[in-house]
Amino acid sequence: MSWSRQELAARIAQDIPDGAYVNLGIGMPTLVADHVPEGTQFILHTENGLLGMGRAAEPDEVDADLINAGKIHVIEEPGASYFHHADSFAMVRGRHLGYCVIGAYQVSERGDLANWRTSSPSTIPGVGGAMDLAVGARHVFVMMDLFSRSGDCKLVRDCSYPLTAKECVERVYTDHGVFEPGPNGIRVVELVDGFTLDELRERSDLEFVDAR
Amino acid sequence: MAVDKVVESAEAAIADIQDGATLMISGFGPPGQPDLLIEALLGKGVTDLTVINNNAGAGGEAISALFAAKRVRKVICTFPKAIGSTVFDELYRAGEIELELVPQGTLAERIRAGGAGITGFYTPTGYGTELAEGKEVRVIGGRPSVFELPLTADFALVRAHRADRLGNLVYRKTGRNFGPIMATAADVTIAEVGGIVPVGDLDPEVIVTPGIYVDRVVPMPEAAMEERA
Repeated sequence: MSWSRQELAARIAQDIPDGAYVNLGIGMPTLVADHVPEGTQFILHTENGLLGMGRAAEPDEVDADLINAGKIHVIEEPGASYFHHADSFAMVRGRHLGYCVIGAYQVSERGDLANWRTSSPSTIPGVGGAMDLAVGARHVFVMMDLFSRSGDCKLVRDCSYPLTAKECVERVYTDHGVFEPGPNGIRVVELVDGFTLDELRERSDLEFVDAR
Repeated sequence: MAVDKVVESAEAAIADIQDGATLMISGFGPPGQPDLLIEALLGKGVTDLTVINNNAGAGGEAISALFAAKRVRKVICTFPKAIGSTVFDELYRAGEIELELVPQGTLAERIRAGGAGITGFYTPTGYGTELAEGKEVRVIGGRPSVFELPLTADFALVRAHRADRLGNLVYRKTGRNFGPIMATAADVTIAEVGGIVPVGDLDPEVIVTPGIYVDRVVPMPEAAMEERA
């Protein structure tokens, strides 16, 4: 009835072309790196200043000066390069980065993204590179669960959480299917077996256009 | 007399930092954090500081201690939250610290602009969000763009891998992060370095921060270097 996170990561990896420059957000999106199809190479960008990021470091490979944006120790691939923060974000803001995969609290039917803070006044706000990636990457893919813990659909007419960027999301990959927001509403690209369009409509406020 | 920017102790290097100063502090997580300079600053007891860095006291005991000791009046950063540290959270909730939150690329570009004499720029980042509230917006090339001001500081505290006595710097891996841009954007740049090499040993083709941007270079004591290795 739903894809596991690993299945979802593999599904996303299929839609990223060979040779793409890719930034994977902290948390769930990092799983995409484990599902790069055979014979395909993604060059991973981490915004703290490395292109050609490799996997997480084994204990004997840890280098105190080498971490990713999630502050996890990683290794570098052959051909990697290091650069300072303004250059790192020039790659993003200058539209050189092909793909970013990021998490979200909500995505609106037009592709507005809310992923940096909830409305709760008690939380400490922190934005990191989310706004730059959402505006700068050529293809913005969201990876998230379709429903919140309380059962609310995270695809919404208008985001109630503070926006990260307007009309930036190209595709939303969820545990229940793949969706494309746009000016004419959300297109359903794919649903997991056993999850119907009727059930989707019942559990959300949106119409959805069947594009399968 | 030959140029020699080497200062033997962190205490001497930061001696003229006064209360109320604006400081840029490099680092993203532990890599690139100038821990010795921050510890010296803490020891000197200066307060009412404005700190510009990526996090707010995350990624190192020294900088956490600076925040915990309430020496920082205002922080300009992108991500004040820290895993495993509640120092900032408590100060923020108690209203004891002012926060200016900036998107990460905008923070880096504002620092770069500050160092390059650019007096402002437009960027699509942040448009339509609460971080752009009150800022001027222009549509440029069809893209609504937010006007951002440069950032400069009285002092930049950075960490580099190697230096020579002329102040030329090279960095190591993701420890580079904010060092090269912060070094350009402060009146006085102080670099804490893993080692000093003879002039001419650093390949001119790979020097990242040319010495013109650097005022003082402090070698880390060997003990501190071993601790990091």
